[in-house]
Amino acid sequence: MGHGDDIGRRKFLAGIIGVVAGAVTAVVGLPAIAYIISPGVKNPNEDEWITLGPISSLEPGVPTGFPYSRSIQDGWVESTQTGVAYAVTHDGQTVTVFSNQCTHLSCRVTWKQDMNGFFCPCHDGLFDIDGEVVAGPPPRPLDEFESKIENGQIMILLEA
Amino acid sequence: MDDTSPGERTRRRAIFEWLDERAGLTTIWKSVFARAVPETNWFYTLGSASTVLALLQVVTGMLLTIYYVPSPDHAYESIQFIMNDVAFGWLIRGVHHWGATLMVVVVFLHMLKAFFVGAYKWPRELTWITGALLLLVVMLLGFSGYLLPWNQKAYWATAVGTSIIGAVPIIGPTLMEIARGGSQIGAITLIRFYGLHIWWMPIALLGLIGVHMYLIIRIGITHPPERSE
Repeated sequence: MGHGDDIGRRKFLAGIIGVVAGAVTAVVGLPAIAYIISPGVKNPNEDEWITLGPISSLEPGVPTGFPYSRSIQDGWVESTQTGVAYAVTHDGQTVTVFSNQCTHLSCRVTWKQDMNGFFCPCHDGLFDIDGEVVAGPPPRPLDEFESKIENGQIMILLEA
Repeated sequence: MDDTSPGERTRRRAIFEWLDERAGLTTIWKSVFARAVPETNWFYTLGSASTVLALLQVVTGMLLTIYYVPSPDHAYESIQFIMNDVAFGWLIRGVHHWGATLMVVVVFLHMLKAFFVGAYKWPRELTWITGALLLLVVMLLGFSGYLLPWNQKAYWATAVGTSIIGAVPIIGPTLMEIARGGSQIGAITLIRFYGLHIWWMPIALLGLIGVHMYLIIRIGITHPPERSE
């Protein structure tokens, strides 16, 4: 029947359809993979150094609480992260800065001069001036911020 | 293909035959793709183009729901997030946006073709009727999707669009309030348009496309009319 040409043409057209369908699938499908995973691997927040206050305001042996805040980007929602950091100095030169979150269940601890420690009101946890657990259920010492002194100002690192 | 060994080819053949015997692949292929068609022209590809666009809209739309929030306090910002922060978000949304416009155009041209070649006549009236319903569904998809960006254009276009419903005598104002979910366009309007846009209309669309195609495969397509007819 001399269909050699017909089969060639049919195969050619089928090939074109296949290529076009493949191209459309690739153009949408490949970017879709990046589209789905990108927020998972991209953190919109960065490490940030926050200034608490002058080291000269610290009295050796008495922890001082400094409130801090920064804005947090969660997708298209912006919120404010707030907290209190306790700065402690023994010599007026170096500081240790503790988070005020109890390591038990994240209640807020406060420095009690009469108890000579950081007290957590939720379950009577008590930490000493160096953050070590003295009493109560906390499983580990208070968390410390990475800190530095610049131009007499105490600064802490808030991680992304 | 030719570089595969004869043993490999026999194995593939066996797998295909196993599937074919149970799923009827050859029958599907013959009746859906390899069916006999009259001599036609390029206008007969508009139906396939509509189908491809519909599938593209479904896929890109599903992708958009991953980030979009249908609430007045997040809708606009979540789209800004898609456009500026998500990898290829601009592309996915762009395809959905322009695909929607293209869909209305292509579907309309497809209808014109069916009209001009007389494809609505016996025995294809049902195909035409489902096609008319599909046009309506596409219009509703376009209208409901237009509100979702929640920008000025979206808001006022919907204000105008829903006001038109209010022009119906006597029951118009009530119908308009039902469409808006209240007297004003707000949170309730947005979420009901969203529900319409991602559930009710797409399911109607896919269902009607199924019926439409079944009829096309069952009856076959017309050939363009000739001078002697």
